[in-house]
Amino acid sequence: MSASRYWRTVRLGLKSLALHKLRSGLTVLGIVFGVCSVIAMLSIGEGASWEAQEQIKALGSTNIIVDSVQPPENQSASAERSRVVDYGLRYKDAERIQETIPEVSVVIPVRQIEKDLWHLQRRSRGVVKGTLPYYFGLGRFELQEGRYLTDTDVETHANVGVLGSAAARDLFPFENPIGKLIRVGTDPFRVVGVLREKAAASAKDTGSEIIEETGYDFYIPLPTAQDWFGELIVKVSSGSRDMERVELHRLQIQIEGDHENLEAAVDRTASALRTMLERHHPDVDYRITVPLELLRSARATKRIFNIVLGSIAGISLLVGGIGIMNIMLASVTERTREIGVRRALGAKRKHVISQFLIETVVLSVGGGLLGIVLGIIIPQLVTAFSDMKTIITPFSLILSFGISGLVGVLFGIYPAWRAANMDPIEALRHE
Amino acid sequence: MRSEILTATSRDTQSTPQPIVQIEHLQKHYQMGDTIVRALEDISFTMLTGEFWSIMGPSGSGKSTLLNLLGCLDQPTDGLYRLGGIDVSEMDDDELSEIRNERIGFIFQSFNLIQQLTVLENIEVPLFYMGWDPTDSRDRAQELAEKVGLGDRAGHRPRELSGGQQQRVAIARAMANDPLILLADEPTGNLDSKTEAEILAMLQELNEQGKTVIVVTHELKVAEIANWNLSMRDGLIDAVRGPEDSDRSRWQG
Repeated sequence: MSASRYWRTVRLGLKSLALHKLRSGLTVLGIVFGVCSVIAMLSIGEGASWEAQEQIKALGSTNIIVDSVQPPENQSASAERSRVVDYGLRYKDAERIQETIPEVSVVIPVRQIEKDLWHLQRRSRGVVKGTLPYYFGLGRFELQEGRYLTDTDVETHANVGVLGSAAARDLFPFENPIGKLIRVGTDPFRVVGVLREKAAASAKDTGSEIIEETGYDFYIPLPTAQDWFGELIVKVSSGSRDMERVELHRLQIQIEGDHENLEAAVDRTASALRTMLERHHPDVDYRITVPLELLRSARATKRIFNIVLGSIAGISLLVGGIGIMNIMLASVTERTREIGVRRALGAKRKHVISQFLIETVVLSVGGGLLGIVLGIIIPQLVTAFSDMKTIITPFSLILSFGISGLVGVLFGIYPAWRAANMDPIEALRHE
Repeated sequence: MRSEILTATSRDTQSTPQPIVQIEHLQKHYQMGDTIVRALEDISFTMLTGEFWSIMGPSGSGKSTLLNLLGCLDQPTDGLYRLGGIDVSEMDDDELSEIRNERIGFIFQSFNLIQQLTVLENIEVPLFYMGWDPTDSRDRAQELAEKVGLGDRAGHRPRELSGGQQQRVAIARAMANDPLILLADEPTGNLDSKTEAEILAMLQELNEQGKTVIVVTHELKVAEIANWNLSMRDGLIDAVRGPEDSDRSRWQG
């Protein structure tokens, strides 16, 4: 058949469907909802997994992060005697990792002290982080103004720091903070840089409780932190004073390797790291986070999610398809006379088949198109009202549209076959 | 006006009548459970171009079966049917569809127009299956609609027309493919006497222009305008009445 004949058959199908507008409309709804739910669900799933993956990527997929964790108090007797809880990663650990694990390029230690930040009479809560300039080299930060810490700052034990965006806003609502002095507790520091605010990522829970950038951070050189704040941290909570001795709160380990082998290198390093830390920290006062592993499990979760969504969508389209088949069977019976007349006037079986098949496809593809429109609108509404991220992938549009067309063909075959195989004489006699 | 209604074409203008329907020892048997129904026992006759035949007979006489066979809607159990020189008795479904499409014009008792299509589109149906170009087929349909006096109703749906008008559309549709034979099954059965006369006049005119017309009917009024009359009984030809000079060797049954 030529294109113009197809087009004429499509128009004929539309006319025949228009004969029963309500019936055709209701039938189409089955496909509309099927298709639009596929697109909407996939877009919500895609959005959620994108967010999770972004958060994990923000940690750096070539990193391994080791945090100090206060171990459960199993030796209660000793804990009572000495009121200082001593745990966590040591400077020694950092050195050991750097020296013994071959694929480690940099180990960045972080010390963290929670202290209020002051500028004149303004106060902001703050998390002081003592670290090394490498920390900023991980590509996770953007500078709004000024500069990062430098090696000179570290060597000279300089009293300088880079301020997080939220703290900068609190302390310097009207002024440029660069070059200003702020006090950490009572100790003065000069602000040399301010970080740009990061979108979403850090605010939400990634499912792993790790030290996060909150915007209230104040980054100072690690040696400076040691000079001013020592290793003893006093926490005042509900009237009692707890003291902790923690050398390092975090080790950020950067792994090197060429592109193809990087994942394997991360895996090897992670297992070497686990073995090493197990030996030196029997109390398990640390936690290892491997963003790459998280990323992998997030991807695996997404796959499962997609399979579940896919089956739900498949079932709903199946139901829609059965609805279409039902209506087409009724239509074939109802139009027996028409079929008889067409056969008498010279329609071959294949003509009748293509007429009814095209009619079914018009029905399901029409439903598919409507479903796509709805499927694009619904995720927008979801985003507008619930703050959930949604991503409509071209793949989901193609998939659902393709399936709706396929449903039309598949469920149209039997009714069309029935129509084509009627005896023309019987069909003409049909009342 | 009469001579203007429908134009005869080259097919019909041969000076000497040619055999157009040749039937020899045609039989049709149906299997009904355990018994075999012999709807047509053994029939032979010949129709020539330009003749107007009526086929009559009580129900069960086999006239419907004969009509279906003549219309190539069914295949005979045995015997020969030649339509315009071509043996169609052994043809398969697709070939029969083509024969119906190109050589036969059907007119039904209940008009059988397709409800969702306009007058023009109904006339175009046979042309569509013949593979006509849309523009040509539209022109041809318009021309035919005008010839049956419905040029101003071309865009109407069948249900907006009277019975007589619908049957006129059906005649136009039957003429669309310029058929070898026009096969009408009780064409006036659903019409009042005034419209009946109109439709019969139209058929008669087509015949005068050279079209071979076969009408199945049980109304004498219809049979009277036919110049040949075939009556059926029990699956056999009961009698054939023709003009005075007719050749009696042309049938047996």
